[in-house]
Order: sequence, then C-alpha cells, then structure tokens
Amino acid sequence: MNGPHSSSNKLASEGGAVYKVWVLQLGAATEETLRYLFPPSILSEDGMLSMSKVTLNNKMVALTGKNGTVSINGKINGINGKSNGFHKNGISHKDGGAKVDDWKANYWESFEETPLLAAISTYICYGLLVLIGHIRDFLNNIGFLKVNACLEPKIPGFVPLFSTWESFYTRHVFRRVSDVLGVPVVSCPSARMNIIRRITHDYGWSYEVPKERFPVLNMGSYNYLGFSNTTGPCADAVTEATRKYGIISYNSRQELGTLDIHRDLDELVAEFLGTEAAITVPMGFATNSMNMPCLVSKGCLILSDELNHASLVLGSRHGKPGEAFTGGGDPRPTPHTSTMEEDTHCCRRRIQYGRINKLIRLKKKYKAYMYLDEAHSVGAMGPHGRGVVDYFGLNPRDIDIMMGTFTKSFGAAGGYIGGSKALINHLRLTSHMSVYSPATQPPVVQQVLSSMKIIMGKDGTLEGKRRIQQLKWNCRYFRRNLHERGYIIYGNKDSPVVPLLIFMPTKMAAFSRECIRRGLGVTVVGFPATPLSKTRARFCLSAAHTKEDIDEIT
Amino acid sequence: MMAILPATWDMYDMLQAVIQAINMELGNSSAPTYHLIFEALLIILIVKLVFSKAYAPDKTILTEKEKNELIEEWKPEPLVPDTPDDHPLLQAMENNIITGRPDKVMTINGKSVINMASLNFLGLLGDETIEAAALKALGIYGVGSCGPRGFYGTMDVHLELEERLAKFMGAEEAILYSYGFATIASAIPAYSKRGDVIFVDEGVCFAIQKGLVASRSVIKYFKHNDMADLERLCLEQQKEDKRLPKKAKVTRRFLVVEGLYAKHGDICPLPELIALKWKYKLRIFVEESFSFGVLGENGRGVTEHFGISQDEVDLIAMCLENAVGGAGGFCCGKKYIVDHQRLSGLGYCFSASLPPMLASGAIQALNIIESKPEMFSHLKHNCERIHAALSKIEGMRVMGDPIAPIKHFSLAEPSDDRSIENRTIEKIAKEAMDRGLALTPARYLEREEHILPPPSIRVAVNIKLTDDEIDKCMTIISQSCHAVLGK
Repeated sequence: MNGPHSSSNKLASEGGAVYKVWVLQLGAATEETLRYLFPPSILSEDGMLSMSKVTLNNKMVALTGKNGTVSINGKINGINGKSNGFHKNGISHKDGGAKVDDWKANYWESFEETPLLAAISTYICYGLLVLIGHIRDFLNNIGFLKVNACLEPKIPGFVPLFSTWESFYTRHVFRRVSDVLGVPVVSCPSARMNIIRRITHDYGWSYEVPKERFPVLNMGSYNYLGFSNTTGPCADAVTEATRKYGIISYNSRQELGTLDIHRDLDELVAEFLGTEAAITVPMGFATNSMNMPCLVSKGCLILSDELNHASLVLGSRHGKPGEAFTGGGDPRPTPHTSTMEEDTHCCRRRIQYGRINKLIRLKKKYKAYMYLDEAHSVGAMGPHGRGVVDYFGLNPRDIDIMMGTFTKSFGAAGGYIGGSKALINHLRLTSHMSVYSPATQPPVVQQVLSSMKIIMGKDGTLEGKRRIQQLKWNCRYFRRNLHERGYIIYGNKDSPVVPLLIFMPTKMAAFSRECIRRGLGVTVVGFPATPLSKTRARFCLSAAHTKEDIDEIT
Repeated sequence: MMAILPATWDMYDMLQAVIQAINMELGNSSAPTYHLIFEALLIILIVKLVFSKAYAPDKTILTEKEKNELIEEWKPEPLVPDTPDDHPLLQAMENNIITGRPDKVMTINGKSVINMASLNFLGLLGDETIEAAALKALGIYGVGSCGPRGFYGTMDVHLELEERLAKFMGAEEAILYSYGFATIASAIPAYSKRGDVIFVDEGVCFAIQKGLVASRSVIKYFKHNDMADLERLCLEQQKEDKRLPKKAKVTRRFLVVEGLYAKHGDICPLPELIALKWKYKLRIFVEESFSFGVLGENGRGVTEHFGISQDEVDLIAMCLENAVGGAGGFCCGKKYIVDHQRLSGLGYCFSASLPPMLASGAIQALNIIESKPEMFSHLKHNCERIHAALSKIEGMRVMGDPIAPIKHFSLAEPSDDRSIENRTIEKIAKEAMDRGLALTPARYLEREEHILPPPSIRVAVNIKLTDDEIDKCMTIISQSCHAVLGK
C-alpha cells in the first residue's frame, strides 16, 4: 500500500514547525526507514523511547530526549520550548524530568490524504450503492419487489415522515451494513469478550438473535485503562455502594438529590484535574449539550473545530450564540469569545497536540475562553493519566473549562466539568442538569471514585501507574506494527485509538465481518460519522491487552 | 462523530428546495405578466451590480502595533457572572446532603426524616430483588458499557429491556436511551426538521423545550390544555397551507404534549388530542415520564388511562427515572418510526449506552410492575388522600389532578414579586424539614423556561406511606404553613 510518504503538504500547512521535520523525513521515508525510526531495540520496557541518535540514508537525525530538539542535517526546526509556548504555560518547572518532555522529544503524528485512486473508487462505490438503492425503490414502488419490513405506510393526508436523503441513506446503505454495528455483547467488555453473531434474512431489516456466544478479542470498547472489570477492588466497592444507596438516585442536585458520594466525587475530580472545583453529570453527551448553554449566549463568538463532537454542536446551538465559527479561522476579539477544541476526535483521531499550545497562546493573546473536551484523552494520555493537559505538561488553570467523560478510561458513565470556583458555582445554579435531571447513579459514582483513586495512586499501590505505562507501550507497539505493514493510520503515536483507513463502505462491512470470523472485535466507522471518502476501522487499545494479544491481532 | 452529519443533510434538503422552486417556475407557464417584467428588472439590476465599480471607501488600515494595542486594551466580559459562595441555593445544596438511600425515610445531615421529595412513586428504590439483579449483572458485565450502542456498547440486557418495554407498552419497538433528559430532547429533532411545524402545549417540561430548539422547526405554543386554542392554531396553519400548497406538501406537522405535566400535575386530554390529530393530520408525540408506571390499571400510562390504543399515538417517550426506579429513558411506537432514531437520535448514537447493571435493574422493576398491578390502585388511593388533605390547608392551593403522584403546592394568593413567593415556599419547606418531613421546592431555570409556573413545593407521593403516615405528614405540612403564613 502507499506508505506514509505522501503526507507532506497537509501536515506542513497545519502544524507548522512542529510537524515539518517529520514531514521532511517522511517524504523520503519508506517502510524500512520507519522501522529504523522505531526499532524494537530502542523501545524499553516502559514504552519510552530511549534512543538518542539514528542514522538513516546517510543523513543525521538526532532525536534527543532531553532538550527536545529534532534536527535534520544539522538544522534546528524550532520545536524548542519557547516557540510553542511550552515554557510560558507549562507546569514543567514543577514536575520537570524527561517524562514531561517526552512528547516533545519524540513528537509523532500520522496523517495523510486519501490517495486519488482510492478516493475515486470510493465515490464510485457510493454511486453504485445509491443507484442500486434507487432501482430498489423503483421496483418497490411498482410492486415488483416486496420488502417485507418496515417501510413507512402511506397515511392519506399526512406528509411522509421521512422524505429526505437521510432516510434514503438509512434504508439502502446503512441498513445493509447494519449487522456490523450494534453487535450484542454478552460479557464484560474487557480485553476479551463474548458476542452474539446475529442472523438476518432480509438485509438487515430484522435480526434473529441466536443463543450461541462467540469469543473475540476486544478492540472495540473504549476501555483504555482496563477498568471494566467484574471483580477486583472497583467491583467490590460498587457492590457495597449499591447495597448502601440503591441503584439510582432520584431528583436533581438542587431538589434534595445530592448524596454524600456526589460531593466526594466532585471534590476528587477537582483534585484529579488540578482545578479549583468540578461538577459531575450522569451522561457524557449531556455534559456538553446541557452545560454549554449556560456559558454562551447571544452575542458570543464560538470558534469550534469543524470536527467537534455532535454534543458540542448541539450545545452551541442551544446557547444561541451570535455566530458559530467552524473550521480554522483566526480568533478575533469580540465582546465575549469562547474557544473550543476537542482533543481526541472521536472518529478522526488526529490528536491536535501541536496546536493546543498554539491555541493557548492565541487564547491568551485574544483573551478568549477555552473549552477543552477531553472525552477520550482523560485517563488515557499523559504520564499521570490526566489527559492532554498532562501530556503536554500544561497548567490546567490556563484552560477555562475542562470537560471530559467517565465512560471511557474509568469504565463507568457520565462526565465532568472542571474549572474555577466561580464557574462551577455558576453551573451548579444554572446547569440544566442540576435543575432538571437526576444526579449520577450511586454505583456509577462509586466506580469513578474507585478507579480514579487507583489512577492517582491513592490506593497505595502502583497499579494505576502500571496501567498507564501498559497502555502507552501497547499504543506504540501496535502502531509501529501497523506502520511496518504499510497501512494508513492516523493520529498521535501515544493515542490509544488507532484509525485504519479502509475507504470503501462495502469493504468496511466485509472487514468487520472477517475480523469477527477470525476472533477480533473491531469497530468500523463510515459516513455520516466520517467524511465520505474516509471510511475507517478503529482499534481501541486498552491497558488490559497484553503483548500476546497485540501480536495475535497483527 | 461530528458536525458533518446535520450539515450534509441540510445541504441536500436545500438542494431539493431549489429544484422544487425551479419546477414551480417552469410548470407555472401562466404566470402573470407583471411577474415576468418584475423578474426581468431584477435580472438587469443584478447585471448592473456585477459590472458596476465596487464602492470602496478609504479603509483605515491598522498597523500591527495598533492592532496589538487594540487587543491589549480590550477587556472581555467575564466567563460567568460572579456567584457568591453563600448564595442560598448553593447553601441549600451543600447543607442538604443525604447519606444512605433516599427511601421512605432518609437521613439528611444525620437527621432522619420522612421523604416526600424523591420521585420514588412505587417505592422501588431499595427493593432487594432489583438490587440483586443489578449486582448479578455487575458480576457479568462490570459497571460501564465502554461504548455507544453502535460500537460494542450493546449488551444483551439492553436488547432484552427494549423488547420487554415494547411488549409492556404494546408497541412494535422500543429504543433505549442512556439518559432521561436526552430521550425526548433527541427524539423531537430526529423527526422534525427546519421548516416543519410543531404544535406544543406551553406547559411542557424543559427537556421538550430543548428538543424543540434543537429541531429548528417552527414552534407554535398553545395554551396549557386548551383544545380550543390548539384548534385555532391548526386552522391558522390550514389557511397558510392553502395559500402555499407546494410548501404544505413537504411541511410535516407535529403535536407534542405530556401525558402528565411535570410542571402542573394535570393530565392531557388525550381523546380530544387524538381527534385533532386525525382532523388536522398531525403526528402526535406524548411524553410520559410522570404518567408511565402511574396512570392506568397496569401502569401503562395515559393511553391506558383513557383506553386509547397505542397505535393512535405516533411516539411515546419517557424517562425511566421516576416510577420505575431505573435510569435512562426510552421511546416506543411503530417500528418504522422508532428505528429511525437508531441513526438519527443524537443522544442514542453519540452517547455511551446505559450501564448494563442499571438495565438489569430496570428489567427486574418491570417484572415487579407486571406481577403486582394492585400497586397502581394503591398509589391512586395515596394520591387522592394526599390531594384531599392538601386542598384543606388554608392559604395554600394544590394544582393538578387528584390522581397525579406529584402535587404542586403553592400559595393561594400569589404576590406580584416572585422572589417573595419563592422565599415563602423555601421557608415552608425548611419548617417542614425541622419537623421531620423532607419536601423540596420545585426548581426552575427562571430565565429559560418558556412559561414559568407559580413557585411551589413539589410533594411526591410514595406508595410505601401508610394512611397514618400520610395523616402525620399532612399535619406537619399544615403546621408548617401556619407557622410561616401566620406570621
């Protein structure tokens, strides 16, 4: 396949200096040189790159772990501390050490444009699907083809409920691959799980659910730190909490719905994030969609990444701001500006680390407020598992609103917002959630409390550290393996989500079916969740995976 | 996932609209002459605009330094208004911390009180079989599902719960959401798009209001439970449709009501609404968060209460967080309607699924509800008893239907100043708390609600309360009211 050498332009324009050196290298890189870049011998047990010099193609490439400069042919590329704002914002002085600098020394992000041929064939593929869909609709209308399932009946006088492209797409494209989505799981979604292979006789209109279970290796769940367990300290604590508090909590936080563990959780989350205070919400999606309206109002300018999650878009819409910018525009001063940036995009998985420093600089210059969604990165990134802020050694107080979820790394559900005391007080009073919907369920609260304490090392063991290191090692090992095989994958080298480009929607279904047949559960994502030509498979790594598991996959 | 989804479809819709407009022009060959002349003039004007010299006033070009100075000088508004730490609501939240489970009797700040604040109508909180089922599920699945429904977040218990709920409600299919608030708020925009019309009762809860905003449709509020007003709006719409028949052909019309209004405690006149639905070709969505597990002989909600077939209602949505004592919410109805949400319900697609142990708990709660239909007559009895007792208290009035499990208990003589009323209500609640009864004022986001109901104490009926206990509680309420209002 096309190796990673076609990456240049896009990267250079987006990332500036931070990317450039790598682009230059990659421009000439072959699979072989990549192997040189990350030879197994330099990957020590804890997943850190300990290499200092590598020679390739008779050119000197210095990768120095300490002061973080990367040079090619002796030219320094400007990735030193000052130019990217690291020292200004960083808390590196306090933490110090090579670990914090680590990201900078070996900064690596992978992205490349869809090859033209693949793009063309993908569009042809969609074209065919649409054509066949129209033919089927036509045959159906003249009564030649009988679809036995749920088409909308015509009720005289009523305007059809579904008449748009959306419904056409659902019927003829999504429906036919629906067997690879929503696969029922019958066990705990840890490193391995049991699934049911559903049977359909009518192209996905209806499903038969057989009893047999099918064991697969789980690369589909967002179980980054492996806290999805049925036994162990977390499960024990949850059992106890359930006995003490019951399984749900009634009433909103303002209407006599606050339990003592809710208060404990708020305090612990604030401590974990390093913010003054925090508030927790029972649903991750709602953390954005129900709290953002309290922060923005008419006359605000929102600068939002065009790839932001649907919940942020919905939240911005509820807030009725004057203008909502998407895409990369220069932040301009307006009466009241908020910047939003989702760090690890759900589908695209290009962690925009290079830009977060820049964003903080811009934000400071133009006095904007920054809303950072760490749904996927909290727990999974950084030497202490505290997300991208930790990964880059930034000061959490530079970011006005820190948001994240408990669904992923903590093996629970819900989300949080951390920030200044004034912000949290305001949210406690005006958040839709604290007035209109019940507080987080006690078992879920307890799961977060227990897992977060383990990550922070408050349980007195090194278990949390071990999990973070294991995840990091897994990520690098797995990504390197895929690169060596020449697959097109996206994202930062430490990101636990590895998207592998498949391009064709039909191949996506076939890939998933084949994987399951071979005992690997992997998620596949296509339009509308991704751009048309960027259908992909997504591998989610977990600290629960072992080296053997990863070898088995590759 | 992301923004591309709505944007792409909107583009397609726009394209469709343009094509339609062109068709209309071409098909309409008998257009009046003045119309053609007018269009010709417009075209000339456009040509002139294109070729004429652009108006370019002298722009003040700022130097970098000046720009920087401007930026330096500019002071942004604070992110949030300053909230003092001793704000009464914050104090109330910090000081009323519950330890243990908020059952019939609960412990607030170490003090044991009777609980008439929690919406635990059927007393299912603390049911041992439910907890056992949840703990059993914990042993199989762990706590979180670690994924949205599409991506390995579907457990077999989710499918089972959906099937059971559909069966219980007599619907073809049910779809489970992980969060009650998100259920109706996602369901409405899944169907109703820009340009569609939604008729809605002005007393609907906040989640519906958020769904309406997200749909970007034309919203027409009618007066609370006023069928004449609804019919007036429908007639207006009919006139509009006659005027623009092409547009009417693609405008979907929806009617959104609540089964039992959370803000008022009264029941919607469903038979009349259904009649209007057929008369004016509306699709009706009913939100049943407070009527499910309460109304009807078997607790199936407002349809059973009025003896109306499920098929008459297009979509029923509700959260499971009240009577059932579960978490999350669901929608049920015909398969072709409900299935659409699996790709278009934002809160379904883009959110992690319900923790499986909570789904198992809900299944067990459903088992209990199905096996003990006598609970509902008991609940009705308690509701009526409390309603009667509250109505007798002087200086106060109780809103809503006698059989509603929530009673909004407000001042009989409203004052002009809402904050005074609020303070009086708070005082009554506090007084009752001191006497051993937990009550909560109903809280609203006062600036964001469409119509704000009068300040009230929200009394929640619990099936576990015996007649004696009810009488005792009513005495406490009566005493508290006298203590506050008598001053």
